[in-house]
Amino acid sequence: MSLQNILQDWSKYRKGNEEGGFHDYEHLWGLAIDLNKCIGCNACSVACYAENNLAVVGKDKFAKHQEMHWLRVERYWDEPDLGEQAVSDYQSHGASFLPMMCQQCMAATCEPVCPVAATYHTPDGLNAQVYNRCIGSRYCSNNCPYRLRYFNFYSYYEDSWPAPLNMQLNPDLTVRDKGVMEKCTFCVQRIRAAKDVAKHEHRELQDGEFTTACAQTCPTQAIVFGDLLSLHTAGKAESTLSTLWRDQQVELGRTEQHKQNPDKRGYRVLEGLNTDPKVMYLERVREV
Amino acid sequence: MQHKDINEDIRWAQINKDVLRSMENPRKAYWISVGICLALLSLAVIAEIYQYNVGLGPTNLNWPHMWGLYIATFIFWIGMSHSGTLLSAILHIIHADWRKPIYRFAEAMTTFTLMTAGLFPIIHLGRVWNMYWVLPYYSDRGIWPNFRSPLVWDAFAISTYLTSSALFLFIGMIPDLAICRDNTRGWKKKLYTVLSLGWRGDDRQWRNFRKTYLIMACFLIPLAVSVHSIVSSDFAMSIMPGWHVTTFPPYFVAGALYSGCAGIITLFILLRYFFRFEQYMTLPILEKTCKLTFAIAMVWTYLNLIEYSSVWYGHDTVAKELLIDKFTGPYSPYFWAMNILGSVLPFTLAFEKLRRHIPTMFAVSILLNVGMWLERWMIVSPTLAMSYEPFTHTVMWASWVQWFIVIGSFGWFGLLFLVFVKIFPSVSMYEVKEMIFHRRHLANKDIAAVMHRRSSDPQPSEGH
Repeated sequence: MSLQNILQDWSKYRKGNEEGGFHDYEHLWGLAIDLNKCIGCNACSVACYAENNLAVVGKDKFAKHQEMHWLRVERYWDEPDLGEQAVSDYQSHGASFLPMMCQQCMAATCEPVCPVAATYHTPDGLNAQVYNRCIGSRYCSNNCPYRLRYFNFYSYYEDSWPAPLNMQLNPDLTVRDKGVMEKCTFCVQRIRAAKDVAKHEHRELQDGEFTTACAQTCPTQAIVFGDLLSLHTAGKAESTLSTLWRDQQVELGRTEQHKQNPDKRGYRVLEGLNTDPKVMYLERVREV
Repeated sequence: MQHKDINEDIRWAQINKDVLRSMENPRKAYWISVGICLALLSLAVIAEIYQYNVGLGPTNLNWPHMWGLYIATFIFWIGMSHSGTLLSAILHIIHADWRKPIYRFAEAMTTFTLMTAGLFPIIHLGRVWNMYWVLPYYSDRGIWPNFRSPLVWDAFAISTYLTSSALFLFIGMIPDLAICRDNTRGWKKKLYTVLSLGWRGDDRQWRNFRKTYLIMACFLIPLAVSVHSIVSSDFAMSIMPGWHVTTFPPYFVAGALYSGCAGIITLFILLRYFFRFEQYMTLPILEKTCKLTFAIAMVWTYLNLIEYSSVWYGHDTVAKELLIDKFTGPYSPYFWAMNILGSVLPFTLAFEKLRRHIPTMFAVSILLNVGMWLERWMIVSPTLAMSYEPFTHTVMWASWVQWFIVIGSFGWFGLLFLVFVKIFPSVSMYEVKEMIFHRRHLANKDIAAVMHRRSSDPQPSEGH
């Protein structure tokens, strides 16, 4: 990179971030969640607890916000001013739900701040969290605008899974001890297993070959898991998910979507912060 | 009313005697202070042992509030450390000689506050036993720390600052340690013999000493400024509303000098009272320190108002909501207290009558530091309580574990300082002598003319 290059392409370097830093991705795992379909049943959250050995912290610690729900279903009561008859009526509209799991941002704010590089970007486009490397400075969580990182404030393994409940632990991943940060991994153990099978059978990983625990469990199939690589790199195979993203005219690497059709409901949470999340939500449409 | 900074008729031997006297035979009040500090420290030790065994849960920290009083108090102590450098290095370079009787304990304060501050990022870690992973040591696995993280910069900045300020404190003390060596016996004499590094006070030693001291002073000034700028980038480098503020580095440095100066006033009054240093820590010097504190308080207030107004007139709606929440929300009593203690109370320093009233100044200096501690807390907690995701808006009140460790840190600092004042001279003897010497001769024009004349200069009788 000579000085001349820099001067010629100054605006390119200045805005370089919009193209992302790393390009040779093998996959870009992502999600799409249709909030029209979400009924707020929390089955995804429960599935996540079962799949990922999440500690059940108990009522008192939950009340202190020390719980470990990698996937939380956020509940918002509709704004009273949505309808004319305010307080008495808005409960009849019910609540809105927003299932939030790690957004696996392409420009993740948690990554640069970790002092020991315990969280980093994998060639699969995931934010990996290396439990063994984590020293628990908790800076990553502070710098996550979605607040989707959870910290082991205690050693939970004795209280959360008293025998024989320890037999139900998923052997494919660890039980974390006190003092480390953890978060949604998009069920990285399933990704790993599927990739190993594909490699063993000398073939490419197929779309829909496996899915995450939340997507598998969702009774209304509101959650779709898949590979977004074709949105990022031209010439890659389309998946169900990338078709969905294309259909909603949501693109990666944008702080603002320029939609041809404004009726398309797809959006990403807080994308204006340039975190470039890989989870697309489909806005809920409701009667007023 | 005393107007001169120092009594110019004081004798050299008297200075030695007064300062050496402060270092022997601890009185009852000293042992009581040591007892109080030990008691406070033991609270922190109990809390830390508990926290180490159980995890960070009992601190009441939770997932929106990953940081709490530990980080706030860490910034507070780092801030306190800055004014020692201000007095010893910046005022040294600008030849403000009134700093001479009071810089020694200020510099000691710098070193000990850093030793206190450095404990907090370690205490707050989830896995304390792995803290050395932040340092770039050679590893077979080729694993390095993440050099992009402000926490790694912190580790470098604090350890550099601690080493340099401890060295600076030591270098500045060498001629005094030689005086101690010549006036003590027993184990103390052995200690001072080693520490004074064979100081004889000859011409060559003085010249090398002056050069080293000046070089260290020049090195320390940018270092001190960068240290607190780096601490501020823990926040300024983040994406969070209320933290993501470009003016944070100067704001933090101003706040650091501010709380440090207030700390100097507190310790000034305590030392003056307990060691009967009225001859050296005089009211005019206290007044000058107060004026300096007032000026810095106004700079801090200005930067604070800049922050409020730039958020208010800016387009960052989340930051604006946070600002409004700071003024009206659950943390508002503390936020208002911080603004009143930090920006209104320093106006007491503007009045000569109050500046010369020692009990008032003692109370004011402590309240200013209460305000500055609140400021650090008001940087950390409201942002965590009110950031982007509405679902996570919660308020966290610290539990006894956090409070014990915060309170214990004051005991730890007090203990270090108490040990220091009995082992090392807390007033710089040789520099007080210098100050008196210069002032005496400046007052006499004839002698001044001879003193400051080089051989190539015109003779006083020629010209003019």
